[in-house]
Amino acid sequence: MQLNDEETAMLNGEFGKTLQMAIRHQLQVGAFFGARDFVPVTQAHIMADTESLGQAGVVWLERLSEAGDGRHTVRIPTITDPRGTDFSKANDLGQRDWMVELEQRTVRAFERLGVSMTDTCINYQTVLAATRGEHVAFGDTGVVVYSNSVNGARTNFEGGPSAVSAGLTGRTPRYGFHLDANRQATIRFRVDFTPRTLDEWGALGGVIGRLSGNYWQVPVIEGIEGAPTSDQLKHFGAAIASFGSIALFHMVGITPEATRIEDVGGDRLTVHHRIGRGEIEALAAGYAVSKQVDVVVFSAPQLSLYELRALAQLCDGRKFKLPLLAVTSPQVAPDAERFGYTGRIERAGGTLLAGMCFYQSYAREMSEANGWKTLATNSAKLVNILGGYGYTPMLASMRACVHAAETGELE
Amino acid sequence: MSEIVLTARHALGKKVSAQALVAKDGFSARYDLNRLEGVFSRPSHRLVGQSYVGRVLVLDTAKGGVASAWMLHEMQSRNMAPVAIVFNTVNPILAQGAALGDIAMLAGFDRDVTDAIPHGAFVEVDPGTKTLRVLRAAADEPAPARFAHGEQSTSTVHLKR
Repeated sequence: MQLNDEETAMLNGEFGKTLQMAIRHQLQVGAFFGARDFVPVTQAHIMADTESLGQAGVVWLERLSEAGDGRHTVRIPTITDPRGTDFSKANDLGQRDWMVELEQRTVRAFERLGVSMTDTCINYQTVLAATRGEHVAFGDTGVVVYSNSVNGARTNFEGGPSAVSAGLTGRTPRYGFHLDANRQATIRFRVDFTPRTLDEWGALGGVIGRLSGNYWQVPVIEGIEGAPTSDQLKHFGAAIASFGSIALFHMVGITPEATRIEDVGGDRLTVHHRIGRGEIEALAAGYAVSKQVDVVVFSAPQLSLYELRALAQLCDGRKFKLPLLAVTSPQVAPDAERFGYTGRIERAGGTLLAGMCFYQSYAREMSEANGWKTLATNSAKLVNILGGYGYTPMLASMRACVHAAETGELE
Repeated sequence: MSEIVLTARHALGKKVSAQALVAKDGFSARYDLNRLEGVFSRPSHRLVGQSYVGRVLVLDTAKGGVASAWMLHEMQSRNMAPVAIVFNTVNPILAQGAALGDIAMLAGFDRDVTDAIPHGAFVEVDPGTKTLRVLRAAADEPAPARFAHGEQSTSTVHLKR
């Protein structure tokens, strides 16, 4: 890779060991993908829950933050994805002391690095949305796909080590979706049914993600009626990224780079697949194996203020038999409290959690501690993930999930 | 059998050789593995129940979220990692994780690598030359998973941290 004078100085250790470690890591990745140089980035977003980090990752972060040369803080706005717990409710979730301690050590390391502990996977709704053409280094696949597709920003999937490195160096290797050529559509879908509920939007994302296949595919989607809301595209994006490892999609007439299908080269592609209501329903039906439910979870992505308002409305007048967990960001939680949504959810027997995400919070251990096996959710992303954690997850609407929390059964 | 040698477009890490687990499935450390046990745990994955420890994984594509970037490093720290991962198509996360975790990686071939490499074959992964070489075919299917705790089940055992 071509390095400028500043990057060469970083690599030679002239800016200290922390930056040297960071740029070495970036060079390995950049060389792997054939990047010709670095591109400056304006924001970084780091996924670093301790279930992923483990002891080894926490120690890696601590070493990075304690390099001791006084020049080890991030040089661009750098924020965090959800933590592995809501510190105020770790006991209620059945989490153990060592999990909380690892999380606390991670927070301290990030604070030493100058990272802002936003603990959110919906920063595009709550912190600072990236703008069209802005080069950023974002982790969390849902954040990446939303920022690339809906905002028109430019980022690859940046895993924790790479996002930390980008925060420190203020740049990232120029490959993948930083390049114009890779942002053209590669696979074309025609949708004959516009989803209504969030679980349906997630299921559509799941269907297209599965059909698309891999990270380098860029689906272009025609046929969506009306303008989807931010929450609908949030669930669609989270699922297309989860099921397909997709980092960028275009919706004709909706997302900014695809005012017309020819803007992204979609007119040169034949329709790969037409997707109707049946396929969207089939994805959800593929998970529905049990009426009995142990726990209801709304998470992945964290809920917006208006998802919480909708949930609060559904909770009114009910009394839950089952645990119902709703997870949001630390930025949304105070407003939910002020507007009374938290109280309404809790009066029905639900719990509002902030700053974490269910699957990033030792999901396997929570299952064992609480006897949770069958789980109902309106998040397609969550059902895709939790099978590997020993759950039997089921996808249903928010309304059906709330009803299940009241009756114990998913209809 | 004629010698099988495939050349990759992307390569990273050190030269290793080991038995290959081959499947047309995708791969995500978070979605597909019980990392405490060192086995594939996702019920729908074709390698479910197989130990990946010390093996070369030959799979179609990188899937899922960003967690694998940390998880490969964490698995390596406990000597519970594959020695190499080979993909038809890779995403940045798995490459970033392999770089941090010091796990050899090859990706991008002119033919489907999951068709070319027999399941259970002993293979050499050489990132220096970007080659994947079959050393010898397997006499049998890969041996049953050797679980981390000497058991023959996938029940979770919590490691002290």
